[in-house]
Amino acid sequence: MRYEELMRLAWREALLAFKRAPVLSVLSITTIAFSLFAFGLFGLVALNIRHQLSQLEDRVEIRAFVVDGTNAEATSAALGDIGSFPEVLSAKLVTSEEALVRARKELGEFSDVFEAGILPASIDVKLKPGHNDPATVSAVAGRIKNYDFVDDVRFGEEWVQKLYRIRNIATLAGAVLGLAFAGVAVIIIGSTIRMAVLARAREISIMRVVGATDGFIRSPFLIEGVLKGTLGGLLALLMTWLANTLMGRFVFSAEFFDMKYALAGVAAGAMIGLLGSAFSVGRHLREV
Amino acid sequence: MIRFTHVFKEFPRTGLALQDVSLHVGKGEFVFLTGPSGAGKSTILKLIFLEERPTKGEVKVSGVSSVTIRGRDVPKLRRKMGVVFQDFRLLEDRSVEANIAFALEVTGTAPTAIGAKVSRLLGQVGLASKATSLPRELSGGEQQRVAIARALANDPVVLIADEPTGNLDERATRGIFQLLRDINASGTAVIMATHDLELIRRAECRTIEMNHGQIVFDSAEQVSANPAGGDAL
Repeated sequence: MRYEELMRLAWREALLAFKRAPVLSVLSITTIAFSLFAFGLFGLVALNIRHQLSQLEDRVEIRAFVVDGTNAEATSAALGDIGSFPEVLSAKLVTSEEALVRARKELGEFSDVFEAGILPASIDVKLKPGHNDPATVSAVAGRIKNYDFVDDVRFGEEWVQKLYRIRNIATLAGAVLGLAFAGVAVIIIGSTIRMAVLARAREISIMRVVGATDGFIRSPFLIEGVLKGTLGGLLALLMTWLANTLMGRFVFSAEFFDMKYALAGVAAGAMIGLLGSAFSVGRHLREV
Repeated sequence: MIRFTHVFKEFPRTGLALQDVSLHVGKGEFVFLTGPSGAGKSTILKLIFLEERPTKGEVKVSGVSSVTIRGRDVPKLRRKMGVVFQDFRLLEDRSVEANIAFALEVTGTAPTAIGAKVSRLLGQVGLASKATSLPRELSGGEQQRVAIARALANDPVVLIADEPTGNLDERATRGIFQLLRDINASGTAVIMATHDLELIRRAECRTIEMNHGQIVFDSAEQVSANPAGGDAL
């Protein structure tokens, strides 16, 4: 049989299955959608945590305090050096006076406590995006500390490490829960395909008797699985978007998946549908 | 064309269904398979169309052996056979013509050739006027005719009928049997399992009687052993 002809018949049979058992089909699409919706919600939370963390990461800064009386030539030469480090985005000298202004601004209620000359000058270093991990920050800080005129280097080591730990936990939890939800969706699709196989036992036995190949018998079920997965994925995407929009209106606005992630979500639905039906059809065709 | 050589079939739950069965059915033969329920008639038919494989021994159909055939070649072999069941096994939500076309579609017949072939088959079984009816709108005998038309769709060399008249009244039984005889007359071998001894007596065809998974009588052997013939049934 020609491939196009096989596909035409397989699609016809898959669509007929939807038409013959609309309630079962809607039920399975909805179940898949809810399972992917839960996955989508968690994905949204993970996305927003990552987004917030990356904003925090942009604020990671190395501050190297300069010994009092260091001459301007030495500091400007060091500024040039540090600015050319591959990881460094910018290096800026903050004089003692500027440090005082900044402190008074940041700690308004204690502004009268600070006196001129109490704060040391510093070189403030910002790192390029993607270089804010604890190891890189610590290595750059170590190199800066080697300058004779640098008294002390601060970069909130503990804070950077905590930030990274939170991000890693969020990523890991997202992956584990994502896999768990994907597993649940595979089982659900597998069960719906099992019901479909059993509901069409007579048709399958007839196909076998008249000499249909296993591939021919399987294809409509695989297409049905992919269709259910895709429709479930689209419905889940719609529900996640609605949830996100409602939350944005009544609680606080959050980031939503971009087109790439949204398509990947629907594609994941289709893939889950294909996997679920492939496992189920293989197993249950032997029973009928 | 069909040869069983010392065939045993054992099912895990029900035990031995066939014991040392050897038989041969030639091209164009009409053979009745009879015996009480559980005698092994359906098992023999299932072994012919390879729904089951022998536990021991060999079944050969059109030169293809049950021992050496690969799973993926089974559908090709089945296309050389037509199978009819007592319960008709029609797709209830499809019309008569769609039921017959279905057998042609799944075996890869060109879509352009399907319409004409379905019409010819419906004419052959006497249901040309019922093409668009649904199975539930037909009588039992008519439904069995549809099943026979579907079984003939791929021009089989053998038609296997598992108690095809079991659900029919006497008149419908006669009609179906006559149809099977006509099919046989055009060169297709027919193997028909039945309990209907009256039908067997009247037909005077080769008869194989089974009991407890063994062949207890084969009129072909009886004739060769005793040319005067005999009435075992």
